[in-house]
Amino acid sequence: MTEPWWISLVKAAIVVNVVLVLFAYLTLVERKVMGRMQLRYGPNRAGPYGLLQPIADLVKLVRKEAFSPSSAIELPYILAPIVSAFTAIAAFAVIPWGPGWTVHGWRINGEVANVSIGLLLVFALGSIGIYGFIVGGWASESKFSILGSMRTCAQLVSYEVSLALSVLGVVMLGRSLNLAEIVHRQGEFLPFVVPQFVGMLIFFVAGIAETSRAPFDLPEAEQELVAGYHTEYSGMRWGLFQMAEYINLITLSALMVTLFFSGWHGPWGLGPLWFLLKLAGTLFVFIWLRTTLPRLRYDQLMRFGWKVLLPAATINALVTALLVVWL
Amino acid sequence: MSPQPYSSLKGFGVTFKQIFKKPITQQYPEVRRPVYPRFRGRHRLWTHANGLEKCVGCSLCAAACPADCIRVVPAENTPDNRVSAGERYARIYEINMSRCIFCGYCELACPFDAITLGNEFELSEYNRDDQIYTKDMLLAPPVKRVPVADPVLFDTPIPFYKTSS
Repeated sequence: MTEPWWISLVKAAIVVNVVLVLFAYLTLVERKVMGRMQLRYGPNRAGPYGLLQPIADLVKLVRKEAFSPSSAIELPYILAPIVSAFTAIAAFAVIPWGPGWTVHGWRINGEVANVSIGLLLVFALGSIGIYGFIVGGWASESKFSILGSMRTCAQLVSYEVSLALSVLGVVMLGRSLNLAEIVHRQGEFLPFVVPQFVGMLIFFVAGIAETSRAPFDLPEAEQELVAGYHTEYSGMRWGLFQMAEYINLITLSALMVTLFFSGWHGPWGLGPLWFLLKLAGTLFVFIWLRTTLPRLRYDQLMRFGWKVLLPAATINALVTALLVVWL
Repeated sequence: MSPQPYSSLKGFGVTFKQIFKKPITQQYPEVRRPVYPRFRGRHRLWTHANGLEKCVGCSLCAAACPADCIRVVPAENTPDNRVSAGERYARIYEINMSRCIFCGYCELACPFDAITLGNEFELSEYNRDDQIYTKDMLLAPPVKRVPVADPVLFDTPIPFYKTSS
């Protein structure tokens, strides 16, 4: 089961690049799909069908002046987006892409790091990522930024509870925190959506709030407010925050596929391709949601999080625990 | 209002169906939508049929202009230098297009119909100085021809070109 360190390194390089490309093209696909849903074309100028748009965006962001307010607290101001982006990408290390392969006698695992507490690690990294948002808003020494970061933190912390509780059922059914193990269990048994449908719904809704997407995109609320915690950021630093957000979305979708839709399992043994297909499906639903639903009010968001989602997640976990014990 | 789960779900149906419809966007540089017949665009100065300018340099347009973008410096017509049909003519007639709001008051104020607003609207320049239109530029026929919609069927897809602008 063990593999030499250099295989992990190569895999890490591959996964990081795949995730970054996924991120770049997710932004394009999102704009395209949203455009189509609103009877527009979306970006179609850069390259055929706008396919070079992410690259054009990147060039634009890199060439932009990295402005920083004179009163900003230097080190945290610069570190905040880096921390956010790093934790977002790092969480992908434990997501299993396939069953693992044996090539020329070398054992290659389906994930970069086979961590026995993979699920916990993802949540831990997510929580550290929130520091990027808090510190970024605080270090830019602007009232809009700090208000925005407070709003963001309140939302992320509230919904993280429900998110973590909603996967308890899966952990109990999978009898492991290791994501690869959980996927194996689903292969033998059923995708966990079937027994854990409520858990899936809670995870999905909490996940939307956790990645601050519409209808829970109050941290940005670009039509109503100045950006939020990244008000004072520009250029690639802003780009890193944006990247963190989109990669968090991809991670969350990947986690959802892994936990509830049996990861890379599927007919005809396509392995990683199944994983990517399911991932694409989940991401599409996220985009679809964004075009369809209007933004919630802040009090509605909080009420929903604490009075509906949290009790539902708790009850779901309790009922699952009782059923697992008795059946 | 109570939550309406069914209506919310219907919304998802609507957005999904939209994907397969044809976008209504008009791809601007390729497809130029005809402007309305009374569209107010770039100005034009007019001459009489005998070649004399209609503008007599009265500066009423400059007085009417709320953006203060017109500058007129009049001069007397002399027998050997006859420019306009009146006593005086506009020696300098400049419109600063970066200030103009295309309200059309100059057109209303002009007693001789010397200035009108045309149909041209692509007036971007790389340089602020290029936004100042001199008399020669305003007297010359416009370089770009802008399609004008049929006055009866406003949204006609077939553009036609007005001769007067």
